[in-house]
Amino acid sequence: MSFWHFLQQNWPELLQHLREHLWLVFISTVISVAIGIPTGILLTRKKSLRSPVLGIANVMQTIPSLALFGFLIPLPFIGGIGARTAIVALVLYSLLPIIRNTVTGILGVDANVREAAVAMGMTGRQVLWQVELPLAMSVIITGVRVALVIAIGVTTIAAAVGAGGLGVFIFRGIRQFDNNLLLAGAVPAALLALIADFGLGRLEGRFSAVRRQTTATAARRKGFAVAAITAITVALVTGIYLGSRDSRSHTAQSQKAHVVVGSKDFTESALLGEIVAQMLEARGMTVERNFELGGNLPHDALLAGKIDLYPEYTGTAYTAILKHPPVTDPRTVYEQVKKEYDEKFNVAVSDPLGFDNTFAILVRGGEARRLQLKTISDAVPYARNWRAGFGQDFMSRADGYPGFVKAYGLKFAEQPREMDLALTYIALASDKVDLIAGNSTEGRIAALDLFQLEDDRHYFPPYEAVYLVRNDSWSRLPALSEVLGKLAHAIPTEEMRQLNYEVDANKRGQAEVVRDWLKRKGLL
Amino acid sequence: MSESADNPLVEFRDVNFSHAAASAPIISHLTFAVQQGETLVMLGESGSGKTTALKLINRLLLPNSGQVLVENKPTAEWDPIRLRRRTGYVIQEGGLFPHFTVEKNVGLVPALERWGEDKIKNRVDELLSIVGLEPNEFAGRYPGELSGGQRQRVGVARALAAEPPLLLLDEPFGALDPLTRASLQKEFIDISKRLKKTAVFVTHDVREALLLGSRIGLMHKGELLLLETPENFLKSKNKQALAYKETLALAPFNPDPVEERA
Repeated sequence: MSFWHFLQQNWPELLQHLREHLWLVFISTVISVAIGIPTGILLTRKKSLRSPVLGIANVMQTIPSLALFGFLIPLPFIGGIGARTAIVALVLYSLLPIIRNTVTGILGVDANVREAAVAMGMTGRQVLWQVELPLAMSVIITGVRVALVIAIGVTTIAAAVGAGGLGVFIFRGIRQFDNNLLLAGAVPAALLALIADFGLGRLEGRFSAVRRQTTATAARRKGFAVAAITAITVALVTGIYLGSRDSRSHTAQSQKAHVVVGSKDFTESALLGEIVAQMLEARGMTVERNFELGGNLPHDALLAGKIDLYPEYTGTAYTAILKHPPVTDPRTVYEQVKKEYDEKFNVAVSDPLGFDNTFAILVRGGEARRLQLKTISDAVPYARNWRAGFGQDFMSRADGYPGFVKAYGLKFAEQPREMDLALTYIALASDKVDLIAGNSTEGRIAALDLFQLEDDRHYFPPYEAVYLVRNDSWSRLPALSEVLGKLAHAIPTEEMRQLNYEVDANKRGQAEVVRDWLKRKGLL
Repeated sequence: MSESADNPLVEFRDVNFSHAAASAPIISHLTFAVQQGETLVMLGESGSGKTTALKLINRLLLPNSGQVLVENKPTAEWDPIRLRRRTGYVIQEGGLFPHFTVEKNVGLVPALERWGEDKIKNRVDELLSIVGLEPNEFAGRYPGELSGGQRQRVGVARALAAEPPLLLLDEPFGALDPLTRASLQKEFIDISKRLKKTAVFVTHDVREALLLGSRIGLMHKGELLLLETPENFLKSKNKQALAYKETLALAPFNPDPVEERA
């Protein structure tokens, strides 16, 4: 499918995400300007506050955005999932350039001019508004310009906390290995950044050139600046209007009883979320989808009551969350998880859904056939010359990389690359690495002609799919136990792999794939 | 001058000043008075304390001890905003606001004082004419579009705008070329005579002091060594005054304008 064709097909969704993106950027920039400029002014008056405040703002900028989002989720009032959390994070990122440039701009005003202003009998307030701020304006606008471009970029990550925006396409594109999706997110985001940069650059030029221009060029420049400001304002106001229309309809929805379904940031988890979402909708419930949550976000969000349920794997819960050493018996793992989640988190564990998504050690199909590899042990001698690439999750978890290389006595040519899980498949298929740890239900295993080496030493623990549900959600959602009952043991591994394949390789929409499958199974 | 001698416009009474951080005093035991209608020139090298003395008058600085009285009231008791709006202030290069037009620069204090728009406009035109700038040509320009001499004229016009009884000038002509400086000095004499302003004028240029001053106060290391008319200054046996006079001998000076004034 060509990019143009793709755009035509997805135009309404693109507009929606663009709108969300503009809305997030606009609100957060307005708030950071409203906080940042007065703070900057204060810092020019109180020298002792200057380095601590700038230091804190500096540290804010060094926190990786995903980490900041994760940190904000469990917080009351400012945290949670959705636009609010994203705006808080965006504001924290945008503050530094605005504060710093306000301070620099005001302190940079010619001392003679400031002294003249005081000597003319201007009050402190008049010096600030009539002399310092106008003369510092071009520097302050540079700060706003930097903040705006940062915000446009960071907003793409906001999709990870369910705030929407163009990042939805980017995350989905990475996951589904789909360049059209990636471009549909990245190109408009880049264009937005360029437009914002250009527009504010114009505005900035108008202020910095004010000293030397003749009246005629002043008028002309003013014309340009007015045109640029008008264009930006129109775009933003449209964004606000459409954004506020969105939030109004959200408010309307929230008055009905509704369920918030979460999922992790990969296709299978989103599909499992979609399955339960559609079944609940078929039973008359309003469902809010908070899919594509990265890292530990779904767990944090569940405990914080921001979502009602999300799909999880018993092995992940057992080792990564409950911090037990890996165990290979599926029954033990399931029972232990069920018991401890109830006690520790007041969270219920559904019956297993019927498939196991364990780590699959993958090599290229051609390589496996040439070297006649069947098991992981077969590959150990060749691995010395291989490069490996693993997801961040695999590198850090107890049943991941360290135990794995120990169990098989594996050595690689170099330290394994740590990268996004979704990217490891394409990295393997395109010869960038030679061995990865994927998921056994991954649809692209067949699509990319990858070969799964058998875990002949039974190192990997079981990863049965289940739903985790907050215990206090049951009473509110009577249909939920019936739905989860129907899904018990309802999804065999082959069907899950097929569902993944439909989305990842055949590029079909999640909702459509799930609808077809539910109909075929008679679950609606 | 004797009739106003009892009622000086500005009076320093044993004034001492030093910055908190600096150990050496910048002004010590400064006592003198500025009479109504005179142009008192503070002459001295850089670091002699002459600019500091000027800033003590419009309360940009307050003395550590002693008193500076303006219109018989200590500056510490003045509302600083009122005091400054009644005091014209001219600094090198004019200290003009680069983002204001000439018109707005000159009309600044009247605007702060909330004069009406028409009144401000008339006053600005009047002042620009006084300082020799054609209003129609210059009112709409920005300081960046003016020559150094034109900026200085605007600076003087701005200081005069709200008809302050007192003018403070801090080496206003220091950065100008000799020809422009000479013509501005001449015009300053005309203007101050015509408007009967009291002025305190700071300079390091002895020719300028002799030309403009009705009295010359010689500052050295924070102290006032002598305060004399130009004629008596030239007769003084003070070591510093003699040193200044020697610089004149290098290129003979004709004090005609001073005599003309006297």
